[in-house]
Amino acid sequence: MLEGAEEMNLGYYPGCALHGSSNDYEQSLRACLGVLDIQLQEINDWICCGATAAHALNHKLSLALPARNLALAERDGLKQLFAPCPLCSMQLLKVQKAVADGNGLRTELSQIVEADVRGDGQILNLIQVFQTIGLDKLKAAVKEPLKSISAACYYGCLLTRPPEIVHFDDFEQPKSMEAVLAALGAKTVEWNYKTECCGAGMTMSSEDTVLDLAHKILSNAAAHGANCVVVACPMCHVNLDMKQAAVEQRYHEKLGMVIYYLSDLVGLALGLSAEQLGVNRHFVTKA
Amino acid sequence: MSRIGIFTCWCGENIARTVDVDEVAKQVSSLPGVRCSVNYKYMCSDPGQAMVREKIVSEKLDGVVVASCSPHMHLKTFRKAAQAAGLNPYLVEMANIREHCSWVHHDRAQATAKAVDIIRLSVEKVRNDAALEPIRVPVTRRALVIGGGVAGIQAALDIADAGYEVVMVEREPSIGGKMAGLSETFPTLDCSQCILTPRMVEVGQHPRIKLYSYSEVEAVEGFVGNFKITIRQKARYVDTAKCTGCGECWNVCPLKKNPSEFDFAMGTRPAIYIPFPQAVPARPVIDKKQCAKLIRNGCGLCEKKCKAEAINFKDEDKLVEEKVGTVVVATGYKLYNIAKEQNKAWLSGYGEYGYGKYKNVIDSLQFERLVSASGPTNGVLKRPSDGAIPKNVVFISCVGSRDNAKGLPYCSKICCMYTAKHAMLYKHKVHDGQAHVFYMDIRAGGKGYDEFVRRAIEQDGAKYYRGRVSKITEENGKLMVRGADTLAGVPVTIEADLVVLAAAMRPADGIEELAQKLNIGYDEFGFLLESHPKLRPVETNTAGIFIAGACHAPKDIPESVAQASAAASKVQVMLAADELTREPEIAAVNEQTCAACFTCVHTCPYHAIERTELRTGRGAFIKRTARVNPGLCMGCGTCVSVCPSKSADLQGFTEQQVYAMVESLA
Repeated sequence: MLEGAEEMNLGYYPGCALHGSSNDYEQSLRACLGVLDIQLQEINDWICCGATAAHALNHKLSLALPARNLALAERDGLKQLFAPCPLCSMQLLKVQKAVADGNGLRTELSQIVEADVRGDGQILNLIQVFQTIGLDKLKAAVKEPLKSISAACYYGCLLTRPPEIVHFDDFEQPKSMEAVLAALGAKTVEWNYKTECCGAGMTMSSEDTVLDLAHKILSNAAAHGANCVVVACPMCHVNLDMKQAAVEQRYHEKLGMVIYYLSDLVGLALGLSAEQLGVNRHFVTKA
Repeated sequence: MSRIGIFTCWCGENIARTVDVDEVAKQVSSLPGVRCSVNYKYMCSDPGQAMVREKIVSEKLDGVVVASCSPHMHLKTFRKAAQAAGLNPYLVEMANIREHCSWVHHDRAQATAKAVDIIRLSVEKVRNDAALEPIRVPVTRRALVIGGGVAGIQAALDIADAGYEVVMVEREPSIGGKMAGLSETFPTLDCSQCILTPRMVEVGQHPRIKLYSYSEVEAVEGFVGNFKITIRQKARYVDTAKCTGCGECWNVCPLKKNPSEFDFAMGTRPAIYIPFPQAVPARPVIDKKQCAKLIRNGCGLCEKKCKAEAINFKDEDKLVEEKVGTVVVATGYKLYNIAKEQNKAWLSGYGEYGYGKYKNVIDSLQFERLVSASGPTNGVLKRPSDGAIPKNVVFISCVGSRDNAKGLPYCSKICCMYTAKHAMLYKHKVHDGQAHVFYMDIRAGGKGYDEFVRRAIEQDGAKYYRGRVSKITEENGKLMVRGADTLAGVPVTIEADLVVLAAAMRPADGIEELAQKLNIGYDEFGFLLESHPKLRPVETNTAGIFIAGACHAPKDIPESVAQASAAASKVQVMLAADELTREPEIAAVNEQTCAACFTCVHTCPYHAIERTELRTGRGAFIKRTARVNPGLCMGCGTCVSVCPSKSADLQGFTEQQVYAMVESLA
């Protein structure tokens, strides 16, 4: 599908979530991108990006962990590296910025990870993968326009932030996911919680916080006429999908809001089935 | 053999802290050609200048080096002192051992050695100086004022009342500027229109003020005392001489739904319009992008209705020339574009406030129109979405100002005051309403200013929260304003009916192009540069051009008016003289050696060099040559560097001088 290439190998950094709790996301990605002739080439021997734990403990460690993954990708000649988890992609971009800023960090990080870290590749999030393919081409490939979908696009906190690192879309009023959905023939709603936090890792330590935030997000999406929420982050999916039953119970409110990965909807529009994409494995499925 | 005096200054501790002044004075006393070398704590002071004058006379000095600060600071001071003692002022040079030495170094020994070197250069320059005479130029005793806001109006009236002619150029259809649209003004709550419109009428009727409204400065030529200004009169499609301002045309115009510029889109206007009823001149213009006749030859109702036959659909832009001696720039400000403007392209504004997305999030100038008696709601505060009276209004200050990450680093200065005023006016109009103000600091320096803010809080009950707003969302018709009260240490959510953003002040559109036409400086934000922040606050670095009002920096009305009067008085000083003197440090061409290649003519950025011929007394042709017009030359030296036959030279900075200076360091 890509310019000048029949088939494309895209560097792929799954991160912990996509091989664990969110392997439905990986299933969805592989199925959807496969239809678009994109093969994911997973970095050999990748390690954890450090997530929220590393940068809370040690700044240098929080750079060194993703730096190793970058070095491996560069070693494998991957010019474009797709990290479907926004936290992973932000960590990779953070290292690139640190390396580019000088201060001898490139040398230091290269010594720590025992490989040269150039930081010159392109890091892509899921939306950017579709942008790279081209929304016109995506539109042309649609087999089943998503006429019944009225989606609330939910970016969460990290897809657009910190803006000085990720340089992606308007970080308060983003529009890029809406553009992808428009290409699929889906409707989107304007709503208020596009870039609010879902509670993320608090799901383990403070469930109350997560339930409160998830409730606000889900009920606001419903109030603005959405019949589903679209995410591009494994953590957002966990908190909005897996925790939805708990939200409903606690707030005595029937929500029944299907939470799609963006790749789910692209895949459905391209003619894949819910089973092929793993949509049937979500906690909230269509009644 | 020259007799040069060296006067080394301590500048209090500014120089003496880092440079051993005594040692410097001792060392330079033995330089060739030096007759005497002294030092003093404040050379620019009266006793210091007296010392210079006394030594010139007693030592019969034929050259002076003052080793102190930048020549920008005090060259004129010492040249005047030398002249008073009978020495040609152009035989005085400054050795800058402050900005170029003491201020930028720490090591005392090295700084002292460098100061000696700097003085050595200046001594060589003086040794090769020639006595020069200032150039005298005639003065056109008229002034141009660019911008017809309160600053421009004040400057124009002051100058005209002093007896000089003024040409005023205003870009909009009417003068009055931003102030004409304000409701009431702090800290006295005078009605803005009541105090401004009589001044506007004075401008319109003044026998010595020639007003070009709906016009812009197209080009500027010439120099101090002798500017030639080309003015573009934009096509108005209304003959202002025939028009009586009766209003039949704008009443009959069917296209009434265009957003009004004067109301900042809070109200509407027809395609043929005057911006507001008190406009000066009270003559309409046709917006050519909206008029059905001009777009597709339809309608034409206004033409049929006009008894004065003033409508002219064939009108075109006209260029007119005016000759003036001085210029006052008073082009004012605009507000930071909240939704779009950013210092980095990938940030697109304060998206979290939803300006442009939620109808009830407005900026402060829009609020002014909503509470102004002349506004679209006749002074009844109605929120834009549905016309309801807002019962909870949130005011957010510093939107764009003082924000390095997202906006501009500077303080816009007036927002604290007008936000307090807004809170107050709101309470006066909606007695059962509540005003909430989010602020970073309250900056209320000024006569009666802090008392005014206290009044808003204590008498009119405005709730002030020190903290920022992080997000505004719309839920069930209410604006949910989420912010922090950092003094109480708690997050705050306010259900508001209207939110007013105090956006940063920025210079008006087109300021940089205008500054380039006028050859005056501007800073990274587009604000015009004054010649000296303390001592020459209304002058620019281009002689004869002055600045007033918010084109210089964020300013309130009292300050703009004060600066405008200051600029006007500078203009009067200049126009009072029969002729002006210009510095003689300009280029000259040796017409005997000039090879007439005219490379200099092509490269001169000021078009100051002309082609001419040398002829004998009887008119016989000798040769062609280039010649410098001393009125136009700015002394940049471009011609000197391009002249292949080395015939062009800069008086006061001759090649001989520069080479002697360089060689003295060898």
